[in-house]
Amino acid sequence: MASNAATAPDGATRPRSSLRKAAQRRSTIAFLMALPLILLIAALVVYPAGYAIHLSTLNKSMEEFVGFENFEYLFERETFWMVVWQSSIFAITAVVFKALIGFVVAHLVHNIPLKGQRKWRGMLLVPWVIPPAMSTLAWLWLFDSSYSAFNWIIEGLGGPRVPWLGETGWARFSVILVNVWYGAPFFMIMYLAALKSVPEQLYEAAEIDGAGWWQRMWFITLPMMRNIIAITVLFSTIVTFANFDIVRVLTAGGPIDTTHVFATYAFKLGIESSDIPLGAAVSLFMFPLLALAAIFILRDVNKRGNQG
Amino acid sequence: MADVQLRKLVKRYDEVEAVRGIDLDIADHEFVVLVGPSGCGKTTTLRMIAGLEEITDGDIRIAGEVVNDIPPKDRDIAMVFQNYALYPHMTVTENMSFGLRLKRFAQEVIAGRVSEAAQILDIRELLERKPRQLSGGQRQRVAMGRAIVRHAKVFLFDEPLSNLDAKLRVQMRTEIKKLHLRLRTTTVYVTHDQVEAMTLADRVVVMNNGRIEQAGAPTELYASPRTRFVAGFIGSPAMNFIPCVLEQAAGALRVAIPGGPSFDVPGDRTARYAASAGRKLLLGLRPEHVTEPGGAEHPSVQAFETVLEVTEPMGMETLVYFPMAGTQVCGRVDPGAGAMPNKRMTLVADMRHMHLIDEESGLVL
Ligand SMILES: Nc1ncnc2c1ncn2[C@@H]1O[C@H](COP(=O)(O)OP(=O)(O)OP(=O)(O)O)[C@@H](O)[C@H]1O
Ligand SMILES: [Mg+2]
Repeated sequence: MASNAATAPDGATRPRSSLRKAAQRRSTIAFLMALPLILLIAALVVYPAGYAIHLSTLNKSMEEFVGFENFEYLFERETFWMVVWQSSIFAITAVVFKALIGFVVAHLVHNIPLKGQRKWRGMLLVPWVIPPAMSTLAWLWLFDSSYSAFNWIIEGLGGPRVPWLGETGWARFSVILVNVWYGAPFFMIMYLAALKSVPEQLYEAAEIDGAGWWQRMWFITLPMMRNIIAITVLFSTIVTFANFDIVRVLTAGGPIDTTHVFATYAFKLGIESSDIPLGAAVSLFMFPLLALAAIFILRDVNKRGNQG
Repeated sequence: MADVQLRKLVKRYDEVEAVRGIDLDIADHEFVVLVGPSGCGKTTTLRMIAGLEEITDGDIRIAGEVVNDIPPKDRDIAMVFQNYALYPHMTVTENMSFGLRLKRFAQEVIAGRVSEAAQILDIRELLERKPRQLSGGQRQRVAMGRAIVRHAKVFLFDEPLSNLDAKLRVQMRTEIKKLHLRLRTTTVYVTHDQVEAMTLADRVVVMNNGRIEQAGAPTELYASPRTRFVAGFIGSPAMNFIPCVLEQAAGALRVAIPGGPSFDVPGDRTARYAASAGRKLLLGLRPEHVTEPGGAEHPSVQAFETVLEVTEPMGMETLVYFPMAGTQVCGRVDPGAGAMPNKRMTLVADMRHMHLIDEESGLVL
């Protein structure tokens, strides 16, 4: 095609040649080549999203258009605001701890001699590769207040029995704990890869420049890892915010709805109470919050571009 | 600024002994170049001076103080790495001032030093750029700037020019020399390029296999190498080594090349070589001492005939190659001498610059 255009006689008509030029422009070609993927994503994302918006405007029996009534109803419910609050606390706390633990463990693993490192890396990834619905079941048993290992140990040490899942505070703590346990290995592996990509000589140069351990961490490691940190935090925030299985299996939202997050609340309203439009309205609520987080984090990543 | 002393310095890795007992005194203001083939322990030595590598045995003193257990940051040295090791997320200014900022120098002092270094290195327009926006030569300058602003006692360079193209390398070589003439900072410079070593150094240290073969001024190493290794390593094209027999004839010595000419040994060398008479040795002659006849007559400049095999016109001279006693010998002739492949030609050997080498011990007699 390209050679065709190049050898085309000068007399070719104007509109046709400009069409050809457009076809030859790099951005056009790039767009055309990406088009199948764009269409696929559109089908997989836009259609369900559009359908959810449509659903959220119907009444409980899904026969009548009610506009924003579902949202208005939600806004008046105290439970809904508690879910907003609990989702945010759940996501933020869990992500912060996952990131911190992942960061520390990545450093520890990074400093293990290469021979043993693979073994540790493999073992530390285990929580992340087990389907969370299954591993959470194991946690559910561990948290059992009468017969479980945790309380047995605590009682053995002379402590009181802990109502892990039976009391709001402890239940909130427990779902976060399990989420951190499940998600930290992902951070660990990402940060480990980032650590390995920092050239050793930068640390040596910094050492000669007079930087101590903390200063090397602060001025070399963290800036070099910033993009990875930002992207993993964003990714994990989205996934954690939309978490369903851990909360569902562990507490199913209880006690008295205090551990519900958006997804489990939407499930409860939509499926269990068979008000699908109301559930759709709840799940739609995640979107603006996550979009906001994505914009903030990605703007920071873009600003610094691909350094290095 | 300071002097540096290495005493019986040893570095052993698990299986390899990379550095096997080095003694070296580097004077204040001196520019010392460590040179040698790949794997001879140059980098390891330099990194031990920097404190980046632990010392297995021996002592390092900087300004008289043993620094074996002092971390790099307290040794007051500056180092330029082969691949520059600039901080990618910092601008040129931030890169250069990093060390000073860590040491909490006053803002004005930092700004002053950075602009002074930028002036010296001619990188004033680049100060706000990030390393990825710089060319290789510019990065090299920034890396040197980072060393300069520190006003360190000692500069350490590890093959700083090896990532640059040939032309830039020559240019930066001159700049490094100018820089040293200006700052007079004690410098240890590692390279495997003997031309770089010869041109930059006050003193060249030739290393081989973890040991120092010879240390001395460039001209001294060139004119009187102590070992065959140094004789062959310094100089390009390399010195010719021709198998020969040292014969005694009527109180004089002759170098007889099997199947080739014989040359009289200059009278002032007789005493030096007398003990080796009758032995099989290697005659060492540099290409520039194998040349066309002409110039000043001297009894030690002795003619012989040969058939040239290959000629390489270099412009200012022509390199000629011909076989002798089973080796290929290189000579340098005037481009006007009419050297051509397969041509029979009379050449002269200037025996005043001859070396005799004991092949077994590798020592120059
Ligand atoms: N970390 C290490 N572990 C084991 N052996 C090493 C290590 N670093 C260097 N060596 C060995 O020590 C010897 C000297 O290495 P060094 O890097 O000092 O050589 P060099 O003279 O700088 O060579 P080059 O010109 O190739 O840079 C080599 O045989 C090398 O294989
Ligand atoms: Mg090296």
